[in-house]
Amino acid sequence: MMELRGVGHSFGSVEVLRPLDLTVARGEFVGIVGPSGSGKTTLLSILSGHLKPSVGAVTRTGKTRTVYQSDGLFPWRTVRGNIALGAKSPAEVSELLELVGLTEFADAFPHQLSGGMRQRVELARALAGDTDLLLLDEPFSALDYLTRLKMRAELSRLLSERPRTVLLVTHDIEEAAQLADRVLVLSERPAVVRQTLTLSTPRPREVTSPAVVEATHQILSALGLER
Amino acid sequence: MKSVPVPLRGFLLPLLTFGIVIGFWWLAAARGWLVRVTGESTHIDLFPSPTQTIAVFRELATSGTLLSDILASVGRLLIAYTLSGAIGVTLGLWVGQQRLAREALLPLLNFLRALSPLAWIPFVVLWIGVGDGPVIVLIVVTTFSSTAVATAAAVGSVPSVTFKVAKDYGIRGLHLLSGVTFPAIAPQIITILRVTLGVAWLVLIAAETVAGERGLGFRLQDANNGLRADMIFAMMLTIGALSAMFDRLLMLLTKIPSVRWGYDR
Repeated sequence: MMELRGVGHSFGSVEVLRPLDLTVARGEFVGIVGPSGSGKTTLLSILSGHLKPSVGAVTRTGKTRTVYQSDGLFPWRTVRGNIALGAKSPAEVSELLELVGLTEFADAFPHQLSGGMRQRVELARALAGDTDLLLLDEPFSALDYLTRLKMRAELSRLLSERPRTVLLVTHDIEEAAQLADRVLVLSERPAVVRQTLTLSTPRPREVTSPAVVEATHQILSALGLER
Repeated sequence: MKSVPVPLRGFLLPLLTFGIVIGFWWLAAARGWLVRVTGESTHIDLFPSPTQTIAVFRELATSGTLLSDILASVGRLLIAYTLSGAIGVTLGLWVGQQRLAREALLPLLNFLRALSPLAWIPFVVLWIGVGDGPVIVLIVVTTFSSTAVATAAAVGSVPSVTFKVAKDYGIRGLHLLSGVTFPAIAPQIITILRVTLGVAWLVLIAAETVAGERGLGFRLQDANNGLRADMIFAMMLTIGALSAMFDRLLMLLTKIPSVRWGYDR
């Protein structure tokens, strides 16, 4: 699905990302967690093809779509118009609107929606048109905690209806613990993979379930924030 | 005022303000508070009353002068403004998106923008003469650079994520310009156009006083030469009212659904 071989990046003389290898299998949900300035954004730009890495090779098969933190929707297009960017037909747009429960808001503009609704539109748009790989760039970090919890559940539900390979880049440790099958913990600059965790509990997972709490602890200790 | 509905209040309150100003004007003229120069056989009102001003309006309207002056001025304005807007926005989009174009042209555009519109008048009259041509040229040369610089700045302020999304969904080339860059700055373009329209009116009147053979600015200058304060007043009122009306018309653009996001948040 996606393979990184010795991919690293430097801006001038500043090394942001130590060369790393990563293979993501079809249908896998990989979370990448790291502190601010750990090169997460750089890694994501490389994964989405917006940035060419200084070293290494990226192999990607299939169509990639990114869900951005905020402002990813075109404000001059309606909800329907935004989803249509990725969709193959008007029928698919209606289907996706139904899927994210926003049929009523099809003709609304993004600024008329709440933050949570906007991110649901983003998800719908990214799922349109047979996407293979979904890149999530801090998708819920602009939302309040309760909305974030709801959106995680929503994402789990959407993925059970429309399975995708997912790469989630986040600083929200709990989010990664609740959603990912595998979590890569990055260090501060230059980023190296400190630890890789595998989570086998099926989704959806409760945020307070033992597996999620345990994974959260493990990530925190890998980051040196907990003993 | 709490009980008056807001839309009605938005209409009544300005009406009241104008009413007070006109009432005071009328009172001042009636009481002879305003300067009057009296000669041997005639007198000149340096500050005409509302009644005198209305009489001039009637005179100008029946003779057809008012209409022909308005048509001449508005015609020049529309031609020049359309040209200036088209050149300015196109240039701004280009300069805003292409680094090389920006580095090459922005200093020149800024220089032109900083140059006073009035400084252009002698040059243009010298080279083109009088009539419609120089007035149109003057408006274009004095306003297109502001539009271009402001448009370029607006392009620069579009969030980078917008262009990333465009790339993700395969939008490029001319479609990127018309389907992403332009709508992303449309609310700002409307504001830019409103500001430029104000400047265009200013230049129009100034240019017509010098280079016009007809038009509101020419009539204003004519009235000045004839010491016709009442006519000067009538022209001032006409110019002000037309300018405000055109601004209102441009304001209608902000009602377009796809630009509302620029004003509602």
